[in-house]
Amino acid sequence: MNWDWNVMADAFPMVFKGMWVTLGLTIACYLFSLVFGFFWFFVKQIPGRPFQWIVFWIMEFIRSTPPLVQLFFIYYAWPMVPYVGVSLNPFVAAILGLGIHFSTYISEVYRSGIESVDKGQWEAARALNFPTGKTWTKIILPQALPPTIPMLGNYLIIMFKEVPLASTIGVVGMLHMANEYGAQHWKYLEPLTLVAIFFLLLSYPSAVLIRKLEQKYNRRFDKRETVQSKPV
Amino acid sequence: MNELGEILFVLLKGLKITLIILVGSAVLAYIIAFIAGFCRLSTNIFLSKFTGFYVEVFRGTSLIVQLFWFSYALPGLFGIQLGSDLWAGILAISLNYGAYMSEIVRGSILSVSKGQTEAAIALNMSRFQRMRLVILPQAVKMMLPEFGNYLIHMLKATSLVSLIGLTDILYYGDIYRSTHLSLAPTVYIFVLVFYFILALPLIGITRKFERSARKGVAN
Repeated sequence: MNWDWNVMADAFPMVFKGMWVTLGLTIACYLFSLVFGFFWFFVKQIPGRPFQWIVFWIMEFIRSTPPLVQLFFIYYAWPMVPYVGVSLNPFVAAILGLGIHFSTYISEVYRSGIESVDKGQWEAARALNFPTGKTWTKIILPQALPPTIPMLGNYLIIMFKEVPLASTIGVVGMLHMANEYGAQHWKYLEPLTLVAIFFLLLSYPSAVLIRKLEQKYNRRFDKRETVQSKPV
Repeated sequence: MNELGEILFVLLKGLKITLIILVGSAVLAYIIAFIAGFCRLSTNIFLSKFTGFYVEVFRGTSLIVQLFWFSYALPGLFGIQLGSDLWAGILAISLNYGAYMSEIVRGSILSVSKGQTEAAIALNMSRFQRMRLVILPQAVKMMLPEFGNYLIHMLKATSLVSLIGLTDILYYGDIYRSTHLSLAPTVYIFVLVFYFILALPLIGITRKFERSARKGVAN
């Protein structure tokens, strides 16, 4: 066994510094995909058969092709595209690439949240002559948002685990730092293990937290269902 | 036009490795998922805790980190050589997705109605018969759509093996791009389309499973 604690201590500051970059990038990517998810959500509302068909397949294309290739496309290929191409710095490219990839998933979360609200709620709001804005803010969103919170939290963790892809285009996150240390000292074991430990330390507690949230909201929804089903 | 054919030809060279990794890691991941799923349901505390540890470690760390760990760090630790990078790639992907899918196996088995177990006990079935004849056929039907989804995820994950030097589609695309810089957009669009064409049948299968799962569990 070739484990060396000194190397681990030596690599620690470097990897730790990378962790902040990874965390920052995760949050930036996540916020971008939250906002861009709305874009897909609204585009899908636009009526018209052929148009919806095109949007559906564009989303399917983005979802079922590797985020790594999309990242490479935005970083290496985008500057070469005639007329509209601009070269981006790695950080922005990572936000765009990963953000767009995950926004297709996030928009599904929004959709399922809105669809989980009973149709009768819309009808009741109409019957009470609620204006559209108030219907959304007072009736639909308060019911649609809570069940999406655990799902959105899940995507934050998934995003966190995908962000090291950005090290391939030169974002100096944890993984990039570990590989750099490995290349300098020809010792990959300790820094890479350190990266894995950091990931575990950050993502496992969040996963437990989300499981708790899920239980909490599930319980509430069970209760609502039993209350509804009684009079029938 | 000549260039397009050239790119197509270059990328086709990587298709073999991509498919080997996909099939190899998919088969291994399903086996791992079932073993780990059953182990977690086992009443043996040691077995279920140990499997739980495996699942949390592989779900808690990133696949790309595991991939690098398997190909760079593992040979250093204990001096284990996995033989080739191909094995490191297959092992990392299958252990990672096996951990995710074991949760699906566990969840589907648990979600089969309790009355089914009770009825099977009332019919004097043994534990093994109960699982094989009553619970599993219903649970597998619930698992299939998610399994299909994870197959698509695995296909996307195979692109990572180019980072540890395996010669898959993305690897050849990158090589070609580095010598023909102005063709970069075309190359990557081709790579994306390649992956999409590979994913299309998987999307179709998943959709079919979803439809049949929604019909309810009737055997």
